[in-house]
Amino acid sequence: MVRNIKLIAIVFLVIVSFLILLIGLNKTNNYSPNLNSSNIDFNFKAKFLYSNEETTLYELINDKDFSLINIWASWCLPCRDEHPYLLNLNSLGKLNIIGINYKDSEVNAKKFIKELGNPYSKIVVDPSGVNSIELGAYGVPETILINNNSKTILKKYIGPLDDKKLAELKMIIKNEN
Amino acid sequence: MKIKILVVTIFYLIGSLNLSYAANSEKVDQISKNLRCLICQGQSVYDSQSDFALSMKILIQNKIDEGQNDEQIYDFLKSKYGEWIVYDPEINKNTVLLWVLPLILFVFGGILILRKVSIK
Repeated sequence: MVRNIKLIAIVFLVIVSFLILLIGLNKTNNYSPNLNSSNIDFNFKAKFLYSNEETTLYELINDKDFSLINIWASWCLPCRDEHPYLLNLNSLGKLNIIGINYKDSEVNAKKFIKELGNPYSKIVVDPSGVNSIELGAYGVPETILINNNSKTILKKYIGPLDDKKLAELKMIIKNEN
Repeated sequence: MKIKILVVTIFYLIGSLNLSYAANSEKVDQISKNLRCLICQGQSVYDSQSDFALSMKILIQNKIDEGQNDEQIYDFLKSKYGEWIVYDPEINKNTVLLWVLPLILFVFGGILILRKVSIK
């Protein structure tokens, strides 16, 4: 009897730990902090890709109702994959898409845009990656949707855009209007 | 003799160069050791050579140059990346168990030991 209880207990423990691990597999291990309107610093300074002038985020997000900040680099393969989605979003005409060129060479960045098209209304460069850190970014690609009027972050995507995220973005823009 | 002097001066120069380099980034090292590299699991920003960590170190250096103290830099990063970025979690609603549990276990263990000793 005692032996049986021991055996049942062991089997039970194994099953429970297996289940915990199984559930853990499906959980995303990407940690993302709560979005907070105060989290964005609009005084951030950066230079344009196509001119040497300096600008701030305030100046960048002044037109249209929404801004989409997209951090990209020519060396980043997922950025290539998500580029058609940005072009698609730009064709809506409701978004002011701002590109932040992350740790890239000027020549390669311009080549990338020439080859794949330019969905961005403005592109700024971030050669040291400091601006992206100031935005709270993790790396490339990353996309942040901002409501220009309330100056709040509506949505943040770490990683490339896909069909699901595109639909979600369109939904948010539609609902906010 | 001349060669000896030459060698000694060269070593001295290299040594002083290293020293000045170390002094420059010592503060950055100290802060980045307390920061979790968010894209590389199990590494601190100090240990990591990822783009994220390298940029973070530049940012910390910039903040130091601006005259900010450690607390201000940690607060800035916490506001951007949340509590998770620092290795030392603060006591709040979500972390209270983390802080209190070891204490409870310690007291519980102490009681167990005391009881065993007194029984003997």
